[in-house]
Amino acid sequence: MSSAKSRETRDVIMVNSEETQGAIQFEGVSFTLPSGKALLEDLSLAVHEGETLILLGRSGSGKTTTMKLINRLLDPTRGRVLVEGRATTDWDPIRLRRRIGYVIQEIGLFPHFTVAQNIGLVPRLERWDDDRIRERVDTLLELVGLDPRIFPHRYPQELSGGQRQRVGVARALAADPPIVLLDEPFGALDPITRREIQREFLALQRRLRKTVVFVTHDVREAFFLATRIGLLKDGKILLLGTPTDLLRSQEPEAHSFTACLRDPEPVPGAP
Amino acid sequence: MSLWEFFLASRAELLQLSLEHLFLVAVSTGIAVVLGIPLGILLTRSPSLSKPVMGFANIMQTVPSLALFGFLIPLNVYVLHVRVLGGIGAHTAVVALVLYALLPIIRNTFTGIESVDPAIREAGRAMGMTGSQLLFQVEMPLALGFILAGVRVATVISVGTATIAAAIDAGGLGRYIFRGLRMNDNTLILAGAVPAALMALGADFILGKIERVYRAPVALRLRRLIWAAMVLVAAGGVWLAVMAYPGKQGERIAVGSKDFTEQIILGELMAQLIESHAGLSVRRRFDLGGNLAHEALLAGEIDVYPEYTGTGLTVILRRKPLSDAKTVYETVKEQYADRFGVEWLTPFGFNNTFAILVRGDDARRLHLQRISDIARYAPAWRAGFGQDFMSRPDGYQGFIRAYGLKFKEAREMDLSLTYRALAQGQVDVIAGNSTDGLIARQGLFQLADDRSYFPPYDAAPLVRQETLARFPVLRDVLNLLGGAISVAEMRELNFQVDGEGRDVKQVAAEFLRAKGLDQPQKFTRVRGPQPAAP
Repeated sequence: MSSAKSRETRDVIMVNSEETQGAIQFEGVSFTLPSGKALLEDLSLAVHEGETLILLGRSGSGKTTTMKLINRLLDPTRGRVLVEGRATTDWDPIRLRRRIGYVIQEIGLFPHFTVAQNIGLVPRLERWDDDRIRERVDTLLELVGLDPRIFPHRYPQELSGGQRQRVGVARALAADPPIVLLDEPFGALDPITRREIQREFLALQRRLRKTVVFVTHDVREAFFLATRIGLLKDGKILLLGTPTDLLRSQEPEAHSFTACLRDPEPVPGAP
Repeated sequence: MSLWEFFLASRAELLQLSLEHLFLVAVSTGIAVVLGIPLGILLTRSPSLSKPVMGFANIMQTVPSLALFGFLIPLNVYVLHVRVLGGIGAHTAVVALVLYALLPIIRNTFTGIESVDPAIREAGRAMGMTGSQLLFQVEMPLALGFILAGVRVATVISVGTATIAAAIDAGGLGRYIFRGLRMNDNTLILAGAVPAALMALGADFILGKIERVYRAPVALRLRRLIWAAMVLVAAGGVWLAVMAYPGKQGERIAVGSKDFTEQIILGELMAQLIESHAGLSVRRRFDLGGNLAHEALLAGEIDVYPEYTGTGLTVILRRKPLSDAKTVYETVKEQYADRFGVEWLTPFGFNNTFAILVRGDDARRLHLQRISDIARYAPAWRAGFGQDFMSRPDGYQGFIRAYGLKFKEAREMDLSLTYRALAQGQVDVIAGNSTDGLIARQGLFQLADDRSYFPPYDAAPLVRQETLARFPVLRDVLNLLGGAISVAEMRELNFQVDGEGRDVKQVAAEFLRAKGLDQPQKFTRVRGPQPAAP
């Protein structure tokens, strides 16, 4: 199935792509609420295979909306979003979402599922057999640095914030999806744990080479993890480039963010 | 008799009534769960439905049970020859209980699912869960605590409301409560109320335990719960089908009665007479509350019951009260035949109307015979009247006007207390019922209604014409009781049951023997259409 599909996919990409090929492409995408409020206006960008694209912006800049257009939690009101060369509206949403890992703040773990059940969710939905799921859960726990002898039978409320976040990442990777979306995944962690887990994430990403879209408003995090950064404001993309491009940019919004980099690292517990 | 002695003496009956009660609660709650949970889920999917559905469930909660029965009994819905809606009996009681139990289940299911964190729901969707996977693996397990709490509330409500089932011959602990209310016997009321309360507490405790167990995960257990509910409902359905199945009904006459002692005695007299003289088997469906006996007769659920001419005229036909007994009887006889296909047979011979009562020694001392005689004493007298008498169109207001009475004081009190108040000299005149057993026992004197103010309430058997056509012998058999029971005799019968606490069957059998009605006379048994003459 995979070879046939990838050939087909490539054909589609040939037809649709202009210059850059990408795992994900936005083509003139707008998203407007029924009330008429535009959350996203005429967005065009491509996410390359294996890169980490950071969407940076203030609250309400359209980062999360952009993310939800990728796994079809939302449909564009204008333009289209292509995933692996096919418009999301042509995908069966269930199939599409199972190919895309998704991490949100710790709250997204199911409180009535154990760690093993949380991580094994998508494989179970995909009807893997139990042994394979168990093996996969152990592998992933090790991958995110949790002891597979201790954690599988715990419930989310028995974990620390950092452990929960690791489980969240493991769950997103469970069915080995080519694309992973992360929506401010580390926002609720204390600065030390956050830095620790960012380091691990970076190491993991160097190994796995997933196509990652990562939403944050934390400019340090963006610089630390990004292959490229997309800067969003009021539903429009102001800049798309490497961290260096951002530093050199004359864009006032870019200045606002990079100014934060020059502030001293916040000390935990300090006001 | 103390409550404990009563329990010991009637433990077999108590057990049976408790089991009937439990069955009613289990079946109705089971059905309410199976209907209510999907409805609650549906409401979360299409919120526009929530207003009408919740509104309906809310309204159902406020409908008084007797009114609800009055609405349900005339319905006629059959599934495979089994009546599932309408009529009297357990199935109608279950329908009513289901309607009462729905609200808490629907509401808690709806609230439980709505209260699942939207972030969790979104995580599930983003993970590629389908709608039903999300529902059964995430939303339902997380809402289960709420849903079970709703089931718990519904069950406890059902244990309480199931007592009303006794009003439509559906059994349960309500039998004791209704009997106790009728006989003003606190032990009997408690005999029904205490086990019902214990049952409610027990159900609450057990379901509370289950709730705690289920608050822990998970989907598998949920499935088991649903299965258990399904099995419960299936078992209940079979039970109801057996109960409702017409069976040998072709051979049976169903005799009904209202829910007070005199009615039950009359019903029993008719039942025994039909058994011995017509050779037909009888199904006794006594104790029907309010006007449900009338509804049941029209619906064909019962064939016969005793009714009073005055009640037929004013309550059923909604005419103005008339004072002439013969006119009243002829009016109801004609109207019932025309409108309902029901025949009034010959009256039993007594008039159960309001009786204006004074103490016997007062009557002798002051030479009181007629109501008019008390007019000169009234300004110094205190009167005690029941709520019913104070409010009826043929009650207090018209009464004092008709006789030109002016009491020093007229107190409104519970009917059963008026007798005691009269005997103890707290009041000097009361309005009782003319057939009340206490009149003779307490040496009270009934003053004659010399201005014919009170409308007649002559008791007579009512029979469906359809039944009479099938069993013409019934007319002759039941007319054996025509004119056979005087007011004094009815008082005595009532006292035997209410005052002495004797068994209705025995009292009725003795009366029939005394009247020489215990030996079958020469009536031929007629079954179905008459065979053609040879």
